[in-house]
Amino acid sequence: MRIALAFIIFIAINGQSLAKTIRVGKDSPFKTIKSAIESAQNWDTVLVYNGTYIEGNIEIKKSITLIGKDLPILDGSKKYEVLSVKANHVVVKGFKIQHSGYASLDDPGGIKVYNGNHVVIENNLLYDNFFGIYLQYCKNCIIKNNRVIAFGKEEQQIGNGIHCWKSDSLQIIGNKLTGNRDGIYFEFVTNSVIWRNIADKNIRYGLHFMFSNNDAYFTNCFRNNGAGVAVMFTKNITMMNNTFEENWGDSAYGLLLKEISDCYLGGNKFVNNTSAIFMDGTNRIRVEKNIISANGWGMKIQANCMDNVIEHNNFVGNTFDVSTNGSLTLNSFSENYWDKYEGYDLNKDNVGDVPYHPLSLYSVIVENTPSAMLLFRSFMITLLDKSEKVLPSLTPANFVDTRPLVQSIKL
Amino acid sequence: MRRILKYVIIDIVKNKIVVFYTILIALFAWSAFGLEDNASKGLLTLLNIILFVVPLFSVLFSTIYIYNSSEFVELLLSQPIKRNKIWNSLFAGLSVSLSVSFLIGAGIPLLIYAEPRKALMMIVVGIFITLIFISLAFFSSILSRDKARGIGYSILMWLYFALLFDGLVLFLMFQLSDYPIEKMMVMISALSPIDLSRILMLLELDVSAMLGYTGAIFKQFFGTSLGLVLTFFLLLLWIVVPYVISLRKFRIKDL
Repeated sequence: MRIALAFIIFIAINGQSLAKTIRVGKDSPFKTIKSAIESAQNWDTVLVYNGTYIEGNIEIKKSITLIGKDLPILDGSKKYEVLSVKANHVVVKGFKIQHSGYASLDDPGGIKVYNGNHVVIENNLLYDNFFGIYLQYCKNCIIKNNRVIAFGKEEQQIGNGIHCWKSDSLQIIGNKLTGNRDGIYFEFVTNSVIWRNIADKNIRYGLHFMFSNNDAYFTNCFRNNGAGVAVMFTKNITMMNNTFEENWGDSAYGLLLKEISDCYLGGNKFVNNTSAIFMDGTNRIRVEKNIISANGWGMKIQANCMDNVIEHNNFVGNTFDVSTNGSLTLNSFSENYWDKYEGYDLNKDNVGDVPYHPLSLYSVIVENTPSAMLLFRSFMITLLDKSEKVLPSLTPANFVDTRPLVQSIKL
Repeated sequence: MRRILKYVIIDIVKNKIVVFYTILIALFAWSAFGLEDNASKGLLTLLNIILFVVPLFSVLFSTIYIYNSSEFVELLLSQPIKRNKIWNSLFAGLSVSLSVSFLIGAGIPLLIYAEPRKALMMIVVGIFITLIFISLAFFSSILSRDKARGIGYSILMWLYFALLFDGLVLFLMFQLSDYPIEKMMVMISALSPIDLSRILMLLELDVSAMLGYTGAIFKQFFGTSLGLVLTFFLLLLWIVVPYVISLRKFRIKDL
């Protein structure tokens, strides 16, 4: 034990004495970051003082810690990738990185990490880059508290805020992403967690999964994006405690699930979306304890979805609670609260005695004939809906919540 | 003309029903905004009421009023007054009194609760609807001397525009759902003033995104300032055409 302690202390003291701090700035020995990095050894710290550094592409091939003091600016003059990290154990902290180049072939980013393990990117402001932070073949990296602002107008013209490709065990925490194509993009990324991020006003999606299994995202906020989150061709995603709001517009969704299976969606809040949840080819998903309120459509479940369980959710104030495009129903609804439920509860066990059919006639009509949306809010439609509720004939009879709750669930 | 107008308005106000109508609309409006927690939903509820109650009341009240004032009209005709003037002042009297009661009833809560632009739009739409159905009342009451038949025409007309037309449109959509009918639907919706105003209002409210592709086409058409002008022009036609027809008939009618 004592020997071990002594060894640790020895290492600590030695480590500290070995690693030096190299200062970069106007009044410092090094004027450029490039020269500082060149003279640095592994485990050194490069401390960059306030100023604007226009040095083209800065490459980091050593395991160093790069720290900006008072937010120094690294500028790519719209030509270069600003910071390329090509080593393990690199830390990049406290920079304003701006104006990266634009190229559709090699996707230059504000910060791009190539094959890095244990890289930490923290407290940076990425301003007007093509891609914000780009990770490829990375492992165990942490992207924390960065702010990524871009000014994309069209999908093709702009990259993603945080783009991760073929990576594993990433932690994306507390970032703010605005105006990118996708706020956060995952492709072939596994075992990673996305926590406490805010994605707003991104052109396409707030968060986008492609072929990325076994990931989780918690407590994020997706506001006013083309669509809040898109999870596609993926398995085993846990989605909890997120807020999806104001994803409003033609073909805008709060959460878009396409060809995914075995996921969990719980404790989320969907407010003011055109369609809160859109499910297409979605299997074995558990949707529970969500608040789905004031949306155009609460859930759009396509007929190719199977074995999904929708339980204990609150559906409040949606124009359409649920809609589907076929008569096949292979999903189960149970013990949800529907504010449009008009049944009674004689034995006061908080479960309504009459089953509830959440599918309204009009939602079926609109699904089949989109132009019928023109009659939205027309008196005729209200009448039709009422009579269909009493005697279901056009809507599938097994699309039903047999145990609807009478009072909303406290969530 | 001014004097006749004055008589007509005083007569209508003395009638008290218009006062009740004002109170009724006010009750609807205040409760719509009071019950719904957000103003935009209240606006939608109020829109439904306006598109349902206002036409019904306008068309029925006006038709009955025109029939009841036939003796007054005959009396006026014995004086040296142009027939146009009599008919115009009758129309103006009804329009002014019903529009004012709508303004007082719905306008005040609208201006208090809703965004100014939306509120203004709603008020304008409401007044247009009022005028259109008064004009339709003039049209139906000139068609026949028989009071029951005239009122019948009015009710049928209201039924047609408020209910039947939407049913027909729905039927048409079902039949033609395989074809790209969106543009045609724009034209067809112009055939009903109620539908026209409903769509106009829906595009103004932020539910337009829900209307999907069809809505996008509509927005392309109605959302632009040209479209807006065109819509109001169409609504104006709905006021002018039935009224002018009735006026022509009245001019040559043997009373």
